Amino acid sequence: MTEFAFRPREWWQKLVAPIDPALLAMLALLIVYALLVLTSASPERLGNQAINLAAALVAMRLAAQVPPQRLMHLAVPLYVAGVLLLVAVALFGDVTKGARRWLNLGFMRAQPSELMKIAMPLMLAWYFQKHEAMLRLRDWAVAVLILLLPVALIARQPDLGTAVLVFAAGFFVIFLAGLSWKVLAAMLVAGLASLPLAWTLLHDYQRQRILTLLDPEADPLGKGFHIIQSTIAVGSGGLLGKGWGNGTQTHLEFIPERHTDFIFAVLSEEFGLLGASFLLLLYALVIGRGLMIAGNAPTLFSRLLAGSITLIFFTYAFVNMGMVSGILPVVGVPLPFVSYGGTALVTLFLGVGILMSIHRNRMLVQK
Amino acid sequence: MRPAEFKNPEQELVRFQRRLAVAGGFVLLAFFLLFARFFWLQVVRYEHFQTRAEDNRISLVPVVPNRGVILDRNGVVLASNYSAYTLEITPNKVADLEAVINELAGIVDIQPKDRKRFRKLLEESKNFESLPIRTRLSDEEVARFIARRFRFPGVEIKARLFRQYPQGELASHALGYIGRVNDRDLGTIERNNAEDNYRGTEHFGKTGLEQKYEFELHGQTGFEQVEVEAGGRAVRVLERTPPLPGNNLLLTLDARLQQVVEKAFGKRRGALVAIEPSTGGILALVSMPGYDPNLFVDGIGSQDWEALNTSEDKPMVNRALNGAYPPGSTFKPFMALAALETGKRTPQQAISDPGFFTFGGHTFRDDKPGGHGIVDMYKSIVHSCDTYYYVLANDMGIDAISNFMRQLGFGQRTGIDIEGESEGVLPSQEWKKKRFRKPEQQKWYAGETVSIGIGQGYNAYTPIQLAQATAAIANNGVMYRPHLVKYIENINTGERTPIEPQPLRSLPFKQANLDVIRQALVGVNTEGTGARAFAGAEYVSGGKTGTAQVYSLKGGKYEHGKVQERLRDHALFIAYAPAEQPTIALAVLVENGGFGAQSAAPIARQVLDYWLLGKLPRDAAPEFGEEVEGD
Repeated sequence: MTEFAFRPREWWQKLVAPIDPALLAMLALLIVYALLVLTSASPERLGNQAINLAAALVAMRLAAQVPPQRLMHLAVPLYVAGVLLLVAVALFGDVTKGARRWLNLGFMRAQPSELMKIAMPLMLAWYFQKHEAMLRLRDWAVAVLILLLPVALIARQPDLGTAVLVFAAGFFVIFLAGLSWKVLAAMLVAGLASLPLAWTLLHDYQRQRILTLLDPEADPLGKGFHIIQSTIAVGSGGLLGKGWGNGTQTHLEFIPERHTDFIFAVLSEEFGLLGASFLLLLYALVIGRGLMIAGNAPTLFSRLLAGSITLIFFTYAFVNMGMVSGILPVVGVPLPFVSYGGTALVTLFLGVGILMSIHRNRMLVQK
Repeated sequence: MRPAEFKNPEQELVRFQRRLAVAGGFVLLAFFLLFARFFWLQVVRYEHFQTRAEDNRISLVPVVPNRGVILDRNGVVLASNYSAYTLEITPNKVADLEAVINELAGIVDIQPKDRKRFRKLLEESKNFESLPIRTRLSDEEVARFIARRFRFPGVEIKARLFRQYPQGELASHALGYIGRVNDRDLGTIERNNAEDNYRGTEHFGKTGLEQKYEFELHGQTGFEQVEVEAGGRAVRVLERTPPLPGNNLLLTLDARLQQVVEKAFGKRRGALVAIEPSTGGILALVSMPGYDPNLFVDGIGSQDWEALNTSEDKPMVNRALNGAYPPGSTFKPFMALAALETGKRTPQQAISDPGFFTFGGHTFRDDKPGGHGIVDMYKSIVHSCDTYYYVLANDMGIDAISNFMRQLGFGQRTGIDIEGESEGVLPSQEWKKKRFRKPEQQKWYAGETVSIGIGQGYNAYTPIQLAQATAAIANNGVMYRPHLVKYIENINTGERTPIEPQPLRSLPFKQANLDVIRQALVGVNTEGTGARAFAGAEYVSGGKTGTAQVYSLKGGKYEHGKVQERLRDHALFIAYAPAEQPTIALAVLVENGGFGAQSAAPIARQVLDYWLLGKLPRDAAPEFGEEVEGD
């Protein structure tokens, strides 16, 4: 037991030690930008979002402190728990808006699919680390199974957005682990070939969303409304935008979910192509930094994990912006670090924390 | 098989970094794709989306004009507008209507009849229209709702103009009423190519002048360019084209005269039409009982509707235009004129009246047992001798009678500026052929002509036809189309467009013949069947009493049976005054009023007293006066 002494400098150093200043600085820019947009889209939610951000930063700092070796131990239990919870959701979950996504734990409602976004890359990274020495085709097959089981459970809820993200998280690990291009090509062909089958497995509303993407004007006031209005918002922003707080589509309530999934429409309308490009740039910087961390990571596990987490950020961003600008079907994927909402923010910053931990521990092993 | 064990860590790392580079490349490619998409939307297609955003933002909201007011000939207001607050619900913006209405009932007073009316409107309307659940909110109710407005999306307070008929039941059948636009009205609007001008209009004239002059009264709809939310709620007005109020109608009708008549009728049923003979302008158009047109303005309650429609008194029927009654003895002067004009009689030719006329084994009786003695034309009218006209009708034959009467407008619509007028029945051989199916019924029997002469039998005319024919005599055969509107006033320009009297035809009657008839009609009111009613009059008037049988009518339309009172004869009276230069001609009918001299003539006296002398009756006419000479 050391004697208590007031040493703020030391505490601060301890506090910031695990944090990667470069990554945090880029994210800080992104967050400020996001709050600016949220202030226009839904100023009354600013306070809540600040609380969400605080919680997310705490989660990041905690994750940043956990060394990758410790994370490896967590991989299997988290994955197994996640799968079990998904099964429980399928059996006893609460139905909200026609989808069975939530598990009522008595004191709180949990969405186990969210957990999978972290558990999936952890599990697969652990798996490949374990089989580092020898990777036979059978091992790849097992990896694919590990990937598809929870994805199928989530897709059945149905929650296509999360399923896509979880699938992407796992797929990136498998890709980065070096799955041969031949097999990848074969999988792509198989995937394309099974599209008609997949079509029949989709729910009606999911099919409708795809059809709507192809021809939104077929039902301009109904199913096409979201996509038409958000494309109008983006397009009418022009080169420089209508100005902060001046978006007519935004402020006259033509954009549904303007503070969450469709916040990019607000950004594009008010800040134009310039603002949208600036956002792309910020994402590119964050992703670049993440890929750099992955490239420098000492173990296969941490490399795969860091690479996958970084590419997940990309997936979020691409799917969301693609959806809002009308080139991808509407799925419930938020704009990462920007959309209002605590759950996604905490998950994303957990990922950031893990990246930071991996970055900090790059030297320890090498030495 | 290539061994996979013991990879070189360096080589491994390079391979991984190569994959990372591929991924990074993919990210850049994807971001470039997004950028290209943004560029397409925001630069290449910018104008298109800019326009669409503007179209979204701005909506043209119609501003409904003030409906024109209706004034009588002296400027008395008969129909006007007032502004009131209504609480309105847009059904498609509300998930559970019933729940919202129940919740609203806690804030403002909502009666079961309000709910009923709302449900009725809901059935008739489209879902996106806002419909009133309550009209005429008090200021306090408005304040209470405004304070809680955020709890009620899809519910709002609107200030609306309401039609008001300040005189209540007065002249209700002439004015008509307005009600909410229905499918039939939409058809009318479409036929008149007025859809644009009726955007936002919720009311439409349903009957009477409100219907006939709908497009005059409506006005020019204005527009507001309004910035709207996706939900359609207006945020602010950008530009405004004000509406032009509808034209005012200035009537020929005299509200005070109308009131005199309606008071004189009291609780009795009947009709009166008073016409200015030199123009055809209607001075009074009465159908009793009336109804309160205010009931219809914001949708009539089912109870009120039920009451009006099931009442035995049929208050919704405009008796003046749609009641067809046998004219009884008021037909005699026209028969006499026919006899003179066709050369069938001279004024001096007389008959000896035994009190009856026998034809084909059937005896037609005169009212006066024993007869009127020697009767010439003058006396036949003054004392209303039936036998004279039995013989005359028989001599003329049905077709000669009907050909003559047709000129005077009997059995045809007068063309008054109110829709839905009835034709009545001018009997003729041809009419009978058309009217009946069986061959034995289609044949005209000469015996049927006899009672036509005294205004019975198949004769059935509307009170306005009778009034028009009377006016024709009073105006020496020059007939004008009866009309209610004197001027149409454009209040935007202050311009008044007079409705010129429309001459229908000038009947080529010989003045000498007309004079004979007019002398006899004056005689009626000085020494004949109308003398009692017109005793002491300070002016000279012409008149004729009439009594129409209700019971044993063959082709009559008005057969109320059952109740004893309703089996009584209808009382009629036609009159004009002053005798030399008539300024008013009228026909009055009191349903089941008994003798015309008793119940109808006193009403005519009150009308003429008021019109010529400005004299108001001391009190309403008694239902039945003392015994007077019958007709």
